[in-house]
Amino acid sequence: MDPAAYGNRPLLVVRDLRIEFPTRRATLVAVDGVSFHIDEGEVLGVVGESGAGKSLTGAAIIGLLEPPGRIAAGSVTLAGRRIDNLPYEEMRRIRGSQIGMVFQDPLTSLNPLYTVGRQLIETLQTHLDLSQQAARARAIELLGEVGIPSPQLRVDQYPHEFSGGMRQRVVIALALCVNPRLIIADEPTTALDVSIQAQIITLLKRLCREHGAAVMLITHDMGVIAETADRVAVMYAGRIAEVGRVDQVIKRARHPYTDGLMGSIPKVGTDADRLTQIEGSMPRLTEIPAGCAFHPRCPKVFERCTHERPDLASVDGAQVACWLYAGAPAEAIDRV
Amino acid sequence: MSESVAVPPAGALVRARDLAKTFDVSPPWLARVLGRAPRAVLTAVDGVSFDIPPGRTFSLVGESGCGKSTVARLVVRLYEPTRGRVEFDGIDLATLGSRAAMAPVRRRIQMIFQDPYASLNPRWRVADIVAEPIRTHRLLEGDAAIARRVGELLEQVRLSPVDGEKFPHEFSGGQRQRISIARALASNPDFLVCDEPTSALDVSVQAQILNLMRDLQREMGLTYLFISHDLAVVYHISDTVGVMYLGRLVEWAAARSLFHRPQHPYTRMLLDAIPDLEMTGKARQAVAGEVPSPIHPPSGCHFHPRCPLANARCRAEAPRPRPREGGEVACHAVEEGRLPERGGRATVAAEFQAS
Repeated sequence: MDPAAYGNRPLLVVRDLRIEFPTRRATLVAVDGVSFHIDEGEVLGVVGESGAGKSLTGAAIIGLLEPPGRIAAGSVTLAGRRIDNLPYEEMRRIRGSQIGMVFQDPLTSLNPLYTVGRQLIETLQTHLDLSQQAARARAIELLGEVGIPSPQLRVDQYPHEFSGGMRQRVVIALALCVNPRLIIADEPTTALDVSIQAQIITLLKRLCREHGAAVMLITHDMGVIAETADRVAVMYAGRIAEVGRVDQVIKRARHPYTDGLMGSIPKVGTDADRLTQIEGSMPRLTEIPAGCAFHPRCPKVFERCTHERPDLASVDGAQVACWLYAGAPAEAIDRV
Repeated sequence: MSESVAVPPAGALVRARDLAKTFDVSPPWLARVLGRAPRAVLTAVDGVSFDIPPGRTFSLVGESGCGKSTVARLVVRLYEPTRGRVEFDGIDLATLGSRAAMAPVRRRIQMIFQDPYASLNPRWRVADIVAEPIRTHRLLEGDAAIARRVGELLEQVRLSPVDGEKFPHEFSGGQRQRISIARALASNPDFLVCDEPTSALDVSVQAQILNLMRDLQREMGLTYLFISHDLAVVYHISDTVGVMYLGRLVEWAAARSLFHRPQHPYTRMLLDAIPDLEMTGKARQAVAGEVPSPIHPPSGCHFHPRCPLANARCRAEAPRPRPREGGEVACHAVEEGRLPERGGRATVAAEFQAS
């Protein structure tokens, strides 16, 4: 997609977001100094391994951080309006009308006691001035739009009567029903089989384009990002390691973590005897290393990485948080 | 796949013949009587045969509910097959009636499970978890000898012997899977059944475990039955790959042949649905339809409702496995030569859209 077609106006701006979990022993910093933006109609992929803070970032944006988690610093701005400090009721109105959500497990995001139609109608009537009949007609139309066969019948069925893929379609219908400007999709295809995954990704992409919604796509699956996102942010230990256009990041990863991550993904058709291996594992929140959080695992580490934290800096159009690109000693670059 | 097995039977360490397993999923008796609900039988595995030569990796791949994990459990005899048999090193496992008769074979067959959080006892120290098979099978006498062996095993999976003093919760998911592997190796097995061993892990950790499994296979000559839904992982780890759909093995072949020249329309569909890291921005082929319920599988070829090549015969008659390059495929369209050439992704997409 050509971002210029949408006028390149930032819809969502996140600045220096810091999420903390106060515990009895210490305050854990789960997300630290995360900044990014999403333009109107753009799909931003947020990728990272478990514990990288990607889901927390999504939850913070829609104001659904579970206590004791809290936004300790930074700001979230949606279409020019700051939304991270709104009262509960006001935030509730924004969820659904301005920001839609699609979660990993469609069974937990639907109420098992209500028919699918009732949940859609309730959402429509909460945010739009529609009569019962008009809302029902719109609900049926939406179910058809997300590719559910015979929506007139399915509208009166309960979530358990739908298969996993069909349920995720219902969740997408719910997320899109009042035409939000931003969809936050947290691992929308992770619970689905690969053939169903392809259906859901194609659907999500098409609908967001038709409705002009921007998407923040949170996933651990680089494959999903590669075929869906315009830009991608790679997160590691609560920080953004690299942000850039998808093709840039995937084909020419700058950050050693992204590079290792790409190499560790097995690919059909690539006959590698061994996969690239990043030694060790992501640090726990209690023991995030000083300096660059990746330095103990980094094959290109040098002295500066161990005590000074790198900020995102522009490197050939992408943004990378790595000292390699800011006056690293020649021998460190040689080892690249 | 009765007679036409490509691998010479003499060379197989593990041989499954016409394996089948059904589960009774009927409602309780009272509900059946009052609600007039009929008995229901779920056919999880329906006539699966394969051979695994020693030192090789055979993978089963398929979507959820295709019966691949049931096959794994049948092979290690956690389930009794409803039909068919499993031979291990020439011994028909069904002939080993008692636990005592089964024990020497059990020692040689071990299993690694998907969830390293659920498969390790949280109240045991790692050293005791790893030592359990040694003690059960009385492989070593004396605490010192066992402790030495546990230390060796932990080093073999790239952990430290001092980790034995810790409890499972002190380890990350990848490290726990290493502990599971160390435990599986403790009884000096020949054959490991790995049921989705990396599905719960992050990709960088998955790479560590896959590399480790490969190294161990080389060092110890292990034979693997590898169960996974992830085609890229299967391509990477396997010598031979079998594709399952609704309880049946629809196609199997050498990994390269299967992935580069897939024959069965379902195999092609699965391959087309893989997200491709190279083709940034382009859509992968979405495929119509979903896996039907294994309680009421479609007649004839189970895949016919989703298959673009299905005709009247496919709806009526279950296809038998026929030889293909380095394996077998069960498809009427292949047998009758109705199979279109597989070009790029676009060609196959057109086929599916035309259907």
